Amino acid sequence: MNEDNTITEEVSHTENTPEETLPSGPKRVVVDPITRIEGHLRAEVIVGDDGIVQDAFVSSTLFRGLEIIAKGRDPRNVPLLMQRICGVCTYSHYLKSTMSMEDALGITIPYNAALVRSLMDTALFLHDHPVHFYQLHGLDWVDITSALKADPAKASKLAFKYADNPVGTGENDLIKVQETVKKFAEHPQGLGPFANAYWGHSTYRFTPEQNLIALSHYLKALEMQRLVAQMMAIFGGKQPHPQSLVIGGVTCIMDMLDPARMAEFMVKFKEMANFINNAYYADVVMAAEMYQHEPSVMQPISVKNFMAGDGILVGRNDYILSKGMILDGDISNVLDIDEDLITEEATHSWYQTDEALHPYDANSEPDHSKGYVDGESVGPDGKMIHSKNIDPNGKYSWIKSPRYDGKPMEVGPLASILISYAKGNKRVVPIVDEFLHKTGLPLSALFTTLGRTAARMLQAKVIANHGLEAFYSLVENLKTDEESCAIYTIDNDKEYKGRGIGEVPRGMLTHWTRIKDGVVSNYQATVPSTWNAGPIDANGVKGPYETNLIGLKIADLSQPLEIIRIVHSFDPCIACAVQVMDVRGNKISEYKVDPLYGGVCSV
Amino acid sequence: MDFKEKETTYDSLYASFEERIKKLQKLPRLKEDTSIEQVIKEHGFSRRDFMKWASAATAMLALPANFTPLMAEAIKVADRLPIIWLHMAECTGCTEALLRSANPSIDSLIFDYISLEYQETIMTAVGWQAEQNLEHAIEKYKGRYILMVEGGIPAGDSSHYLTIGGHGKHGEQISIDASEHAAAIFAIGTCSSFGGVQAAAPNPTNAQALSKVVDKPVINVPGCPPGEKNIVGTLMHYLLYGTLPALDVFNRPKWAYRLRIHDLCERRGHFDAGEFVEHFGDEGAKDGYCLYKVGCKGPYTFNNCSKQKFNQGTSWPIQVGFGCMGCSEPDFWDTMGTVNEPLRDRLYHTAFGGLGADATADRIGIGLLTATAVGIAAHAAIAAVKPPKK
Repeated sequence: MNEDNTITEEVSHTENTPEETLPSGPKRVVVDPITRIEGHLRAEVIVGDDGIVQDAFVSSTLFRGLEIIAKGRDPRNVPLLMQRICGVCTYSHYLKSTMSMEDALGITIPYNAALVRSLMDTALFLHDHPVHFYQLHGLDWVDITSALKADPAKASKLAFKYADNPVGTGENDLIKVQETVKKFAEHPQGLGPFANAYWGHSTYRFTPEQNLIALSHYLKALEMQRLVAQMMAIFGGKQPHPQSLVIGGVTCIMDMLDPARMAEFMVKFKEMANFINNAYYADVVMAAEMYQHEPSVMQPISVKNFMAGDGILVGRNDYILSKGMILDGDISNVLDIDEDLITEEATHSWYQTDEALHPYDANSEPDHSKGYVDGESVGPDGKMIHSKNIDPNGKYSWIKSPRYDGKPMEVGPLASILISYAKGNKRVVPIVDEFLHKTGLPLSALFTTLGRTAARMLQAKVIANHGLEAFYSLVENLKTDEESCAIYTIDNDKEYKGRGIGEVPRGMLTHWTRIKDGVVSNYQATVPSTWNAGPIDANGVKGPYETNLIGLKIADLSQPLEIIRIVHSFDPCIACAVQVMDVRGNKISEYKVDPLYGGVCSV
Repeated sequence: MDFKEKETTYDSLYASFEERIKKLQKLPRLKEDTSIEQVIKEHGFSRRDFMKWASAATAMLALPANFTPLMAEAIKVADRLPIIWLHMAECTGCTEALLRSANPSIDSLIFDYISLEYQETIMTAVGWQAEQNLEHAIEKYKGRYILMVEGGIPAGDSSHYLTIGGHGKHGEQISIDASEHAAAIFAIGTCSSFGGVQAAAPNPTNAQALSKVVDKPVINVPGCPPGEKNIVGTLMHYLLYGTLPALDVFNRPKWAYRLRIHDLCERRGHFDAGEFVEHFGDEGAKDGYCLYKVGCKGPYTFNNCSKQKFNQGTSWPIQVGFGCMGCSEPDFWDTMGTVNEPLRDRLYHTAFGGLGADATADRIGIGLLTATAVGIAAHAAIAAVKPPKK
């Protein structure tokens, strides 16, 4: 404790009272646990007397080792096991893991199966993005307590400014929402999950009426996420963790051939699409209007390298989202991705091997001999207190640092939307242009925290508007084709190697697998949140999370809302991001496998 | 249990529930001017809707219909229950399952109105403020809160694989501290019940079940994830009994986990008739034949999926033609063999010890009767029920 420094009158403070008890000079702020994410994550920043972040470190605090567990298992078991990487991006890992096996074994799945998988994928995107915006990220933008001061009649009218057919914002709806929350707010003990937050923070920008509209949608989104999860369950049996993909195709043939079941999916899809167009879209337009002068979300991002995979098959070789790569923010030049140039290293990660290696070649064992170190940071009362801190010179995260040709890359909806836009994707361009027109923002405004949050919504809207194309393709194909699963065998005397790649809600996901003696001999997943949240690499270069935090001004060091807002804009999925490579082998391009047919799908 | 005996048991059960609720009614409220009953009215639910829900909940817990009014009383006192929900080594799938709780939508309402004091996925507070909320809840509701834990727990020398908070506290210690003053402890999901996926061989982080880490009784609610109704139902059960419910050998509540998937399976008729899906996508698959030969583990798995299904009754893994993977059984990742093959046609540890996937190929064809007999034997052993703990 710096008791001696608690009364330092010579230090000039323009900030809130609590900081008057802080010593001068750079101070550390530790934010752990970061809640409203998937997984266990910590952010640490060093803040100068001017309240500006000088340096930042992000650390994942849980290691599970699922790739180690995958080794030696039957290839048919591994996709289900990999699905358990994450229950929020449930299905993403199941799908890419299954695809990696099919790629390795040279299997082409039936068109019907590909389309059913695609429909399940739309259900995931339409679930994941709104839940992120409202339940996870929303309260970084929306001040619940301010909504209590709103005039419901005024708010109800205001909602038409942002949507043609507003959802849940009738005057009666809003009065009810207000009453519900009022009961919470008036009883300190009753705040439950909303207790002890940063209500009233100076960087909240919505008017009371706008807060009320968004709050009503927060509650509505809870209802809608149940509905959209049912869409996944129609073909997947349950959500989270559906269970209808097998190597070779899908098992839900009865549901696929049942017109009533199909119609149920379509109706639910349309209902959800309406929510996305009239609530989610509207609220992000509203946020763009009100937050475009809030520095904490408008600071230009500095890692301007983006990478995205194909997403959502709707016809033969026709994907809704485009793949590719942009370097240094140059959207005039979309490059192809050379998968052989992807490496991961662990200079600052808790693994023994530091060297940068391709996912197929890497090898690491956990090493937590040096965890956090004793130090001080700004406590909840605005005083310096003891804490366990990151040692920036040592290892400090369970996440590794993936690089493309040595460069850090951002992946996620922002990357996907920018790449699709730059490629002139006919489904994406009009939606992005309309949004920019409506908000009056230039394209460059997308290269910000606000842009990242907006891009996620835009991706959801593109899928809401075009996802049913996959449905119609399926209906058309079912007229002449009822195949749902390819037939294959696994030859124990052969070695196989393959990968499943593509865009999932949090960005480009790749699963790499090797099969030998009929079992998985090596496994690796390169996950979106790993690209974004990784620590400093061997060259001292930081990844997207850490660079985004530097330069940020924090109004009150004991209430680091600005930090949370930026971290949440990436939609962290930390159980996903943490994985260990234990893979040795050749480059994928050197390994060619002949398709093997003749067995049965169940073998 | 014959009919008479059953009736007497229910009578005494009814009396004990009544007493329990009376006791709970005397406890001070968390929120003075509100109650579940009031809230229900305010949300536009009629008394009739409410009683309908109560009777559905009663049926779910396998209690006779005359328990319905008592269930309604129990629900009304639910607003006195503070909940602390911890995330350990997990994937957040169990929290997602909790969020799906909806049908009838009144049960999600109940979750809003029990006091959710700490839940990292949902709560607004972060960092120090989040930690304060946890400490505050443990202190304030000493001996009265319900602890629900999601995730396996890296334990002992490996406990550093999970730290939470500015002081870098290990997950294992957080679990132990939170369990100390809990009124009841529920392990939600297979990971906190049995260790789960991260505890599968070779268990690189020494992940353990909650019950192995704390020295208090733990009710296991396994499943990957468990259906939302099993999570909510376990809470309701606690409200009624005030003690731990009747449990099976794996400490799973009997009301949810007493029957095999196989017993109430919609495809059971095809099993008995010897009609099987031979490979995915075949004619049998189109006709909804039994999935035993493509690896369904329903005969070895105890859960109520066939009855409750998932996502408001939308579907379940057997309905979508995959089959059961045995996810509510201990160590199922290691003991249930290959997902798409019948268990008896493979050695248990197919993939290990250099045996390879096809090491036992010559065993394919072992009679189905053998497998069924094993299933029955397993049932007899597992269904041996522990008496309710006091």
